[in-house]
Amino acid sequence: MELGQMQKSLQDYTKSLFVEGILDSQFLQLPQLQDESNSDFVSQVVSLFFQDSDRILNDLSLSLDQKVVDFEKVDPYVHQLKGSSSSIGAQRVKNACVVFRSFCEQKNVEACHRCLQQVKQEYYLVKNRLETLFKLEQQIVASGGMISAMDLGF
Amino acid sequence: MATTSTGDIEKTKSVEVKKKLNVLIVDDDPVIRKLHEIIIKSIGGISQTAKNGEEAVNIHRDGNASFDLILMDKEMPERDGLSATKKLREMKVTSMIIGVTTLADNEEERKAFMEAGLNHCLAKPLSKAKILPLINNLMDA
Repeated sequence: MELGQMQKSLQDYTKSLFVEGILDSQFLQLPQLQDESNSDFVSQVVSLFFQDSDRILNDLSLSLDQKVVDFEKVDPYVHQLKGSSSSIGAQRVKNACVVFRSFCEQKNVEACHRCLQQVKQEYYLVKNRLETLFKLEQQIVASGGMISAMDLGF
Repeated sequence: MATTSTGDIEKTKSVEVKKKLNVLIVDDDPVIRKLHEIIIKSIGGISQTAKNGEEAVNIHRDGNASFDLILMDKEMPERDGLSATKKLREMKVTSMIIGVTTLADNEEERKAFMEAGLNHCLAKPLSKAKILPLINNLMDA
């Protein structure tokens, strides 16, 4: 595929993530913090989000599978996931965590199980989409192109 | 255990030696700690991190810690931001402390956090645009 076409594909793909609400404007703040001294900052922080979220979701699954659910343990996990997803602009994950927390407050085990599934669904979606986004960027760079600041044309 | 970014002392054109803004980032979320580290670096500061309020307090126990600014998350395990702020002020820590809250926190919760001894309160997620005016006021003071 020609470089110009790849760049257009990247632009369209990125735009779709915002149109679908998978990402919000916070994600656009991240490239602004990237410079020569930390040129892979965005992928670093997103990778950290993935690692941390995988751990939290695993811990959440274990906590909710206990015979007696300790919501003093469950709620902080959800709070943390809400915070980190918000920081990288993973809007739908964040929103799912907001709903999850409200059911934690009500100590509604069944609803929390449903919320966990929803959070996982949204998380795997954003993870998959961001991994695709970074692959597209790598292909452009490998072809000698540059990744410029996103012009989404809104 | 707190971690430290490397910093250096710079000489300005005048004889006076200027120190980079020295910041303690207190948050239980590693993603947010990383993000805030980069934000501070992007505005010319150096940072150290702590995973919760108890670590933040322990860093100050020997009396040698000297931060220009502390970014204090509100909800953390072991010791939350409100308790840590109160304790630091009892220990006569005079650093500017900016509380980092969430949009879900209500006015009463924010007020209680401020009254614990904060200088300012900002909502997550932080950005350069949010923090820079406060930093500039601090550097001018």
